Amino acid sequence: MKSLILVALMVVGIAALSMAMTIGFCVSTLNNPYFVSFTNGAKAEAQLLGINLIVMNANNSNSTQLNQVEDLIQRKVDAIILNPTDSDALVPAVIAANKAGIPVITLDRSVNGGKVDMYIASNNVEYGKLEAEYAVKLLNGKGDIVLLTGIPGASATRDRTKGIMEYLSQYPNIKIVANQTAQFDMATAMSVMESILVAHPNINAVIAENDEMALGAIQAIKAAGKSGIIVIGGDGIPQGIQAVKDGTEAVDIAQQPYKMAALGVSAAFFIVNGLSISPTSLSMPLFPVTKDTVNQWIASGD
Amino acid sequence: MNALSNGFIRKYGVIFGLVGIIIFFAIESPNYFFTPSNFILISKQSSINILLALGQMFVILTAGIDLSDGAIAGLVGAVAAGVTVTTGNLFLGLIAGLGVGIGFGIVNGIIVAFAKVPAFIATLATMSAITGITLIYTQGEPIWNLPSSFDFIGQGSLFDIPFSIILMALSFVVVWIILERTKYGRHVYAVGGNIKASRAAGVKISSVLISVYAISGLLAAIGGIILASRLGTAEPTAGSGYELDAIAAVVLGGTSLFGGEGWVVGTIIGGYIIAVLNNGMTIMNISAYYQEVVKGLVILLAVMLTSFGKKYWNE
Repeated sequence: MKSLILVALMVVGIAALSMAMTIGFCVSTLNNPYFVSFTNGAKAEAQLLGINLIVMNANNSNSTQLNQVEDLIQRKVDAIILNPTDSDALVPAVIAANKAGIPVITLDRSVNGGKVDMYIASNNVEYGKLEAEYAVKLLNGKGDIVLLTGIPGASATRDRTKGIMEYLSQYPNIKIVANQTAQFDMATAMSVMESILVAHPNINAVIAENDEMALGAIQAIKAAGKSGIIVIGGDGIPQGIQAVKDGTEAVDIAQQPYKMAALGVSAAFFIVNGLSISPTSLSMPLFPVTKDTVNQWIASGD
Repeated sequence: MNALSNGFIRKYGVIFGLVGIIIFFAIESPNYFFTPSNFILISKQSSINILLALGQMFVILTAGIDLSDGAIAGLVGAVAAGVTVTTGNLFLGLIAGLGVGIGFGIVNGIIVAFAKVPAFIATLATMSAITGITLIYTQGEPIWNLPSSFDFIGQGSLFDIPFSIILMALSFVVVWIILERTKYGRHVYAVGGNIKASRAAGVKISSVLISVYAISGLLAAIGGIILASRLGTAEPTAGSGYELDAIAAVVLGGTSLFGGEGWVVGTIIGGYIIAVLNNGMTIMNISAYYQEVVKGLVILLAVMLTSFGKKYWNE
């Protein structure tokens, strides 16, 4: 009981300390449920800690995000939480913040230069590897699969594809019969998958590099009147989790965007208050949601 | 003779283009590409773009452009889905969606006709605003768990023909009649061809301008509803970039960006060229990197052939 009161006092104290704290939160895009959940996590945590959070949306544009970081430096915010649109293009932004003495926390994607105080992300190579692992397991090491990749050139696409390809290369009886981009987009994935099904009506599985594309593939399979094709997606958006529950999506490699951003805000809070944190990088665990684990995942509340 | 030849190249050049592309894919992939079921699929896949393109054509014929039609399609999909889910009434959802589409079309028209803002800037601005309104309305989250009645529009069939193809065909017939057989249609061509002469002839320029943007909004709305229904989901980003494919289809079809000249059938063929390219290259499993280049080159080539043909015959 005593320790509880102590903790409560500490929380109140910390909250009082932070009264004047302003943190800039730069998100790469809000056109995606993943980043919406991500931003909601940051907002909720900021409210809890009494932080004034300035949310900036870069609409996936590197130059817009660079401008936004510069604006935040002008405003002399206490810390900048950066979800970079690109790992290389945002290096100047981090260096500018370093020069101004403003701590930088990067989330979901790293920045290849400058000094970053804390980096939290889930590992996208691992994400791809897990998708491939489940595909191999569910197909018993043999079958024809379709790969739907994300926006060409994006770091998430590169890393997930790398993880998938590296893992599948060990299984010669798994054949990728079609490898097409669907831009991380549901409508594109549906059209692409419809066309692929014309050429390859007897495929066994689809690996999609996110849930939106998996859902588009599911729609195409439904429209073509097919069944028994294993669809694997990732991110863990609510619609994807529902598809796992319904049995249309076999596995959803869920990430934890809400918790990731909340952790980022608390990290910023500690750093601004002069507490040092170690380690300075943190990998958010990935959770493969299947029909067996879906209720457990929903109960965990992310 | 000149006028006839000019029309010949403009009209039939694009048909030869489409036939050439189809023959190429048919040789490359006879078993999969060149089948009746794949042509139904291509029609289904092109229906949304063709609906947007038919609306876009009205605007381009008046020497304008509608950059907001993709954004309108996205917003309408969200509103139709959202209203259907909250009220449980499909009819209300569709009316709300179509109303929003026509409404924003009229807003575009008023800005162009009365505020005299160039169409490119006016619709670029409304595109941005409408995209934002969609994000506000959906809070960035997709709208799903739609009733099965909603799914029929994009997924259902009548007499084995997908309903989206029927909607596209009906829209084509109506648009053809309006543009080629009515006085109003002649006014649309006239405003784009020579605005001063049409004003002198007593054409009400502002009402023609407002109406073409309203029609573009309406057809974008139908496209947006089909899109949301096809996916069983209204996505907050739906429709983004669709305006470019619609403009490409119109221009491929031989409609002049300077207004006053165009051919409804050409727009349909232009839409088919884009859909056949996407479908054929995916069936052949051509890498996405090359697909973009090929699409760009084909569009450029087709437009160059058309304009070269025109110049050649005129001289």
